[in-house]
Amino acid sequence: MASSPKLNSHIPEGPMESKWTHHKSTVRLVSPANKRRLDVIVVGTGLAGASAAASLAELGYNVKAFCFQDSPRRAHSIAAQGGINAAKNYQNDGDSVYRLFYDTVKGGDYRAREANVYRLAEVSASIIDQCVAQGVPFAREYGGLLDNRSFGGVQVSRTFYARGQTGQQLLLGAYSALERQVAKGAVTMYSRHEMVELVMVDGKARGIIARNLVTGELERHFGHAVLICSGGYGNVFYLSTNAMGSNVTAAWKAHKKGAFFGNPCFTQIHPTCIPVSGDYQSKLTLMSESLRNDGRVWVPKAVGDKRKPEEISDEERDYYLERRYPAFGNLVPRDVASRAAKQACDEGRGVGPSGLAVYLDFRDAIKRLGHHVISARYGNLFEMYEKITGEDPYQTPMRIYPAVHYTMGGLWVDYNLMTTVPGLYALGEANFSDHGANRLGASALMQGLADGYFVIPYTLGEYLADDIRTPAIPTNHPAFDEAEKSVRDRIEKLMSIKGKQTVEDLHKRLGRIIWDYCGMSRTAEGLTKALAMVQELKNEFWTDVRIPGDVNEFNPELDKAGRVADFIELGELMIRDALMRNESCGGHFREESQTEDGEAKRDDENFAFVAAWEYTGTEPVLHKEELNFEVVHLTQRSYK
Amino acid sequence: MSDSINLKLKIWRQRNHKEAGHFEMYDMPGVSTHMSFLEMMDVLNDRLIREGKDPVAFDHDCREGICGMCSMYINGRAHGPLKGTTTCQLHMRHFSDGETVTIEPWRAAAFPVIKDLVVDRTSFDKIIAAGGYISVNTGNATDANSLPVEKAKSDEAFDAAACIGCGACVATCKNASGMLFLSAKVSHLALLPQGEPERRERVLRMIDAHDESGLGACTNTGACEAECPKEISISHIARLNREYLRAGMTGE
Repeated sequence: MASSPKLNSHIPEGPMESKWTHHKSTVRLVSPANKRRLDVIVVGTGLAGASAAASLAELGYNVKAFCFQDSPRRAHSIAAQGGINAAKNYQNDGDSVYRLFYDTVKGGDYRAREANVYRLAEVSASIIDQCVAQGVPFAREYGGLLDNRSFGGVQVSRTFYARGQTGQQLLLGAYSALERQVAKGAVTMYSRHEMVELVMVDGKARGIIARNLVTGELERHFGHAVLICSGGYGNVFYLSTNAMGSNVTAAWKAHKKGAFFGNPCFTQIHPTCIPVSGDYQSKLTLMSESLRNDGRVWVPKAVGDKRKPEEISDEERDYYLERRYPAFGNLVPRDVASRAAKQACDEGRGVGPSGLAVYLDFRDAIKRLGHHVISARYGNLFEMYEKITGEDPYQTPMRIYPAVHYTMGGLWVDYNLMTTVPGLYALGEANFSDHGANRLGASALMQGLADGYFVIPYTLGEYLADDIRTPAIPTNHPAFDEAEKSVRDRIEKLMSIKGKQTVEDLHKRLGRIIWDYCGMSRTAEGLTKALAMVQELKNEFWTDVRIPGDVNEFNPELDKAGRVADFIELGELMIRDALMRNESCGGHFREESQTEDGEAKRDDENFAFVAAWEYTGTEPVLHKEELNFEVVHLTQRSYK
Repeated sequence: MSDSINLKLKIWRQRNHKEAGHFEMYDMPGVSTHMSFLEMMDVLNDRLIREGKDPVAFDHDCREGICGMCSMYINGRAHGPLKGTTTCQLHMRHFSDGETVTIEPWRAAAFPVIKDLVVDRTSFDKIIAAGGYISVNTGNATDANSLPVEKAKSDEAFDAAACIGCGACVATCKNASGMLFLSAKVSHLALLPQGEPERRERVLRMIDAHDESGLGACTNTGACEAECPKEISISHIARLNREYLRAGMTGE
C-alpha cells in the first residue's frame, strides 16, 4: 500500500530517536523582528490552545485567542481527573521514553503514527518541568518530591497527578500563562466567541469568521495562520462526559474548507462512568480510571441476581477482568474494560435498576489500606459520586458503566501539526495523530500540552518563514465578504425553519443512532442502517427544527443548533469510516472481526493506514496514509 | 421518599443589561428527585420552547462541578442549599414537594447581567492577568524534582488552587468583594518556592486590579467561605492581608 499523493506526513528522515532533535535544529526560524508582524489565531483555550497561545505570544507572535465559554479557564480540559503521563522514571521502575512510546503505540492498537508518538514521549518530561515551574501543585511525597501512580494499560508508575483534579490544575497553569500574555498585550482574548467559518485566501487559511455569542454579531479576524485547538467531538453521541458546549464546529468548518478528517470512527468509550438514571439525563460523569488502581470490578456470577452487593459472597462474584486478564487485571486499557462491561451486561449480569452497570468495589482496598488512604487518594471522586447518586462508595460499591469520553479521530495533520490546508493547524484532541485507535489513560493531558508548549512553537516557523513579507490582509477582502455571507445565510436559514422539534430532540436522536450502531460494537448491517437514519435525520433537522429568540441577542439555542447541524454531518462521516474499516482495532470493534474468545482482531494487511476523508459536498473521498512501523513490531495486542 | 415532587419556580428574567428585570413564576410538576438542578432547568426550557416562549438563559458547561461556569443564586444562597456544591451538582432530592424555589443571577456591580441568570465575570480574568501567575516562559523550567516542596505547604497550595472562579464569593458577600477568589490565587503562589520572586509585586498588582474592577472591600463576615462550592478557607484572606502588609513594608 502506498499513501495517497495528497497526504505528505513530512516525517523527518533518520532514526526514530533523533528525528525530533534533528527536525528542531533544522526547521526554519522567524526572527523576533518578523514575529511581531505575524498574526496567529488560536481557536479554543483548553490545554492545547492555552499553552499554544501563551507560548507563541512569548516568542513574539501576535496572538488572538477565542473561546465560547465566558473565560478561557473553563475549557473542558479542566475536568480531566486522573493525571498526566511523563517518562521521568522518578520511581526507578524501568520507565523510559522508549517504553512510553511503545505503550502508547501498542495501547493505540498500532493505528498511530510512530514518529509523532515518539516525539510525544520525548517531550513528556519537559511538560512536567514546565508545569511545576508555573506552580502546578502536583501530589508530593513527604520528602517533598513528586509522587506518581499507575494507570491502565501499562506496568510502570509514570502518572503525575493533583488529587483527582489534574486537568484543572494543568489548565489553570496554562491559563495563567495565557493571562500573563494578555496583560502584556501579546494575546487578545475573545471570550464568548465561536469560530463559525474559516477564511481562505489563495488556497491558504487566512482568518476566521467568529460569532460574538453575547450580541450575535459576526466578526472578521485575519491571521497568517489559524490553529484549531477546539477539542474532541464526543458530544455527537449527545450523552458523553464532555461539557455541554463541547462541539466539533470549528474542526468541521475547517474540514469543509479542505482539511481532511482522520479516523473519525475512532472514539473512546471510557469504562468507568456513572450510569444513566433517566431520560432527562443531560450528560454523563466520569469516575477517573485511577479508581481501578484500588477498586475491583465485578458482577454477580448468576444471571439476574438482584440482591444487594453486600449480600453476594465472594464465591458468587465474578471479578471478570481479573479472571480474563490476569496480567493486567483491573488495569487493562479502556477499550478492553468497556467491552468486557458491555458483555457482562449483555449476558444479563448487569446490576442496578437499569441492569446497565457493573460494580467497582473498594471494600478490599479499604480493608488493606484504611479509610484515610483511600480518602486521600480519591476523596473528591467519592464525594462527587455520592452527590450524584446519593450513595456512599465507602459503604457500598460504585455502579459504573462505559460512556463516550474522548475522540482519537480528528483533523488529519502532518508531523508539523499542519492539516491539508496550508496555514491551518490542529492541536490536542482536535487532531488525530497520537493515540491511534485507543488512547491510554493520562495521555490526553500530555498530548494537549506537548502540542501547545513544545511542538507548535517550533513547527509553526517552518510555514511562517515564507510569510514574513505578507502584510495583514484587510478584512474587507472579498474572501471575508464571502465567508461572512455564507454564515449569515446559514443562520437565516436556521431561524426561518420554525419547525416543531427542539434542537435537543434532534440531538438526542442523533446520539441514540450513533451510540446504538457506531458505539461499543459495530456491524456492517447496523452501520448501513444508521447511515440512512442519519441522512433522514439531517433532512428533518433542516425542515423541522425550532429555534426560539432572535439572531442579534444572547441565544444559546441558536448556538446549539449550529453545532448540532455540524454533528449530524460528522455523524454520517463517522458511520462511513466505521463501515469502511472492516477490522477491529482499539475502540473500534467490528463484530465481523473477532478472535474465537471474543477479543478484537486487527487486520494489518488491509487496514494499517490512517483514513483521511476529503469533503466534496457529495460522497466523501477516502485517502490513505500508510502506517509504517519501523521500531515497534505489530503483534496482536494481549493483556492476558 | 417519593421519586417525584411538584415545585414552583420564581425566576429572574432580564433581556439584557440595559433593560430592567423582573421575577416570573413557573409551575414545575413531576420533577424527578434524581435530576440535577440544571436538568430541571433543561426540562423547563424544553417546555418554554415548545410553547413558543423564550427559554431561561443560564451559564453551564461541564456539569461536574469543576469548570465554574454555573452560577445560580437559589433560595437566597449561591449555588443553593448544599454545602460545598455547585449548582450543577445539586440534585432535586434536596428539595421538598410544594416548595417555591427562587432563582436569581449573581448580583454584583462588577458582574453585570448579560441575560436572565447569565452574568459577565471578566473582572476575574483581569485580576489573574494582573499577577496571578509565575513568570516562566515555556522552556525556562529546570527539572521538576530539583526543588523539593514541603508536602504540607504543597497540599495547602493545592487547597487554594482548587478555586473554580465561579464568583459565588462575590455574589454572597454584602460588599460584593472578590477577596476570597483573589486570596486563593495569592495564597496558592505564595506557599510555593516557585512563587517567591514575584511575591511582593503580585499581591500589590492583583489588589489594584480587584479594586479597579468595582469589587468591594472585605469586612470579614465569612459568608464567602460558607458558600464557596470548593470550601476555600477564609484563612487565605488572612494570608493575603499578611502578604499585602509585608509587600507594603518591604517596598522601595
